Amino acid sequence: MDQFTLNLIVVGLTFALYIGIAVWARAGSTAEFYAAGQGVPPVMNGMATGADWMSAASFISMAGIIAFGGYEASAFLMGWTGGYVLLALLLAPYLRKFGKFTVPEFVGDRFYSGGARLLAVICLIVISVTYVIGQMTGVGVTFARFLEVDTSTGLWIGAALVFAYAVLGGMKGITYTQVAQYVVLIVAYTIPALFISLQLTGSFLPQLGLIGSYAPSGGDVAFLAKLDAVVTELGFKAYTADSSNYFNMFLFTMSLMIGTAGLPHVIIRFFTVPKVADARSSAGWSLVFIALLYTVAPAVGSMARLNLSTTMWPAAITGSAFDGPAITRADIDSKPELAWVKTWEKTGLLAMKDLNGDGQIQYVNEPAPLAANTKAIADATKAKDDAKVAELTAAREALLAEAQVGTSGKTFAEMGLKGNELTTVNNDIMVLANPEIAALPGWVIAIVAAGALAAALSTAAGLLLAISSAISHDLIKGSINPNISEKSELLAARISMAGAILVATLLGLNPPGFAAQTVALAFGLAAATIFPVLMMGIFSKRVNKEGAIAGMLVGLVFTSVYIFIYKGWFFIPGTNNLPDVPASYLFGISPLSIGTVGAALNFATAFVVSGMTKAPPQDVVDLVDSIRVPKGAGAAQSH
Amino acid sequence: MADKTSSNAYWAANVRVILISLAVWFACSFGMGIILRPALSGIMVGGADLGFWMAQNGSIYVFLVLIFAYAWKMNKLDKDHGVDE
Repeated sequence: MDQFTLNLIVVGLTFALYIGIAVWARAGSTAEFYAAGQGVPPVMNGMATGADWMSAASFISMAGIIAFGGYEASAFLMGWTGGYVLLALLLAPYLRKFGKFTVPEFVGDRFYSGGARLLAVICLIVISVTYVIGQMTGVGVTFARFLEVDTSTGLWIGAALVFAYAVLGGMKGITYTQVAQYVVLIVAYTIPALFISLQLTGSFLPQLGLIGSYAPSGGDVAFLAKLDAVVTELGFKAYTADSSNYFNMFLFTMSLMIGTAGLPHVIIRFFTVPKVADARSSAGWSLVFIALLYTVAPAVGSMARLNLSTTMWPAAITGSAFDGPAITRADIDSKPELAWVKTWEKTGLLAMKDLNGDGQIQYVNEPAPLAANTKAIADATKAKDDAKVAELTAAREALLAEAQVGTSGKTFAEMGLKGNELTTVNNDIMVLANPEIAALPGWVIAIVAAGALAAALSTAAGLLLAISSAISHDLIKGSINPNISEKSELLAARISMAGAILVATLLGLNPPGFAAQTVALAFGLAAATIFPVLMMGIFSKRVNKEGAIAGMLVGLVFTSVYIFIYKGWFFIPGTNNLPDVPASYLFGISPLSIGTVGAALNFATAFVVSGMTKAPPQDVVDLVDSIRVPKGAGAAQSH
Repeated sequence: MADKTSSNAYWAANVRVILISLAVWFACSFGMGIILRPALSGIMVGGADLGFWMAQNGSIYVFLVLIFAYAWKMNKLDKDHGVDE
């Protein structure tokens, strides 16, 4: 059976399973549509939250980011898990006790203001829409690579599937589908990791492999020491190297943590459990299921990095890389174990060019001046500026005579090199090509395809539910037509869900070139707007309407403006006021980390403004008292 | 009024548990994983230094234990103060 048929069968089977669950778990009331009737057991809710949370970015991209970012990329590992501690301690139990369906509804009731609710709806929609674009793009890419259909067809198939179970089943259908999707994605992620860890470190558990010893050279050297030695010899930064900016790493980790705790599609998952105590333990179970992937991710990333390096320089396994020849073009074209290189070259995620014509592909890091020249030549070539290309190429000779090749003690010119010949290595192939690099059987590759789709679809469904409930419950029922019957509200929820899917699909078809950058905006805004307003609503009785609105506005405006200054206004290329490089950042704070500062300003503004205005009325103080004790949570009121 | 004082005592106990938990949360991630990494470089966990391991794996295990310990402690507090469901 060929790989394509195998992929088709495995992906087809998982899709049939999702549809089956959707038919079984139809939603009959708004309580079922918005919060699965508050009947989801905590362990199952934990699994569903895991799938909801782990997106295409976690499944496909994170290990690759860690592979090339090393220690500094730990911010993602700590940030995307530590947020659950904040959720369990500071938000989930109280919001469950509040017992309604959406995040803006809490903001509106606690701050006795339709304006505050509307502002929360706006933040929620901006956060969720920017996030969902990335998921839909991920669906399209996975289909294109593994099922040989074009990206737009793949996207429509994915949209149709989400439509089937999300519109029909609402939160109930989504929850039970996510449980199945979690199982698919975790199996897909860990199987290749177990095999590769066994090959490289002799340890079956990737978590132990990461701190184990390197098996292929005899096991006398630690795996991480081996990886550091190999990559530094080629001129790259060591995997375990210290961060160059601890302050920014601190703020970035904090921004991801409070951003995670402030993401509406994650928060609403805790509205589905029966009791307040279940909301606490459910956050723990969510993290158990998330940790299964997140503790494996650094092993996947670092091991894939070492495998890539030793594939490019076979002698690196036993001694130093430059003792032997680099990989040759002839080997790639003829050896079956290197067939994956050609497969991925076709997708453009991997690219190589034999610059010096010696038949070998030398993978080395170019020092900064040389790398700048390479980029300038590429830009000039694209602009068809032949004179400029000739001028830069002439200048290159002097740079090649100057630049050192890693730790070899020789210059590029002395080694006969014209530059790095592995011109593109996309982060994403570290996970997607992992089973092929390790020569695992075809069914493993098929499962990885199904896992990537499960990760993207489950997150997309959760986001779409957050968007549609904000529209039908907060906008339509909350302000446009408060007397709407439950039956009409359910219909409105289904129609807004269908509308949201259509918009997400169209945006996924024509992804604004900025899809990756907008994730910074999603986390930054969740951190600077939703998290502080919820926390103050629970932990302070003094913060009032005026304070909450002023705080959210300051957080929203400050964070988006700081991001736009470096990334371009509304992400339109060329409209940035300052270059997006560390040298021009305010106190070295990157736009990715600014959410922490935005959150601090939100808190400060809210307290100052509340102190100068009237205290909240007694019924609001009573509401705060009531959400602070678990007794009497019962079922959510549909009011 | 008895009800009111009991729920005030419950809330004060809850806030104390939260503050202790947050101190652990901060120490294992931002502390050992980031700020104190250079100071902990002599301590090895297998092939990795302690700070590096905390940042890539260890802090996640601490987070897990922390949430379940918090849930257990709070369930006990709920019962002691008679506010459980």
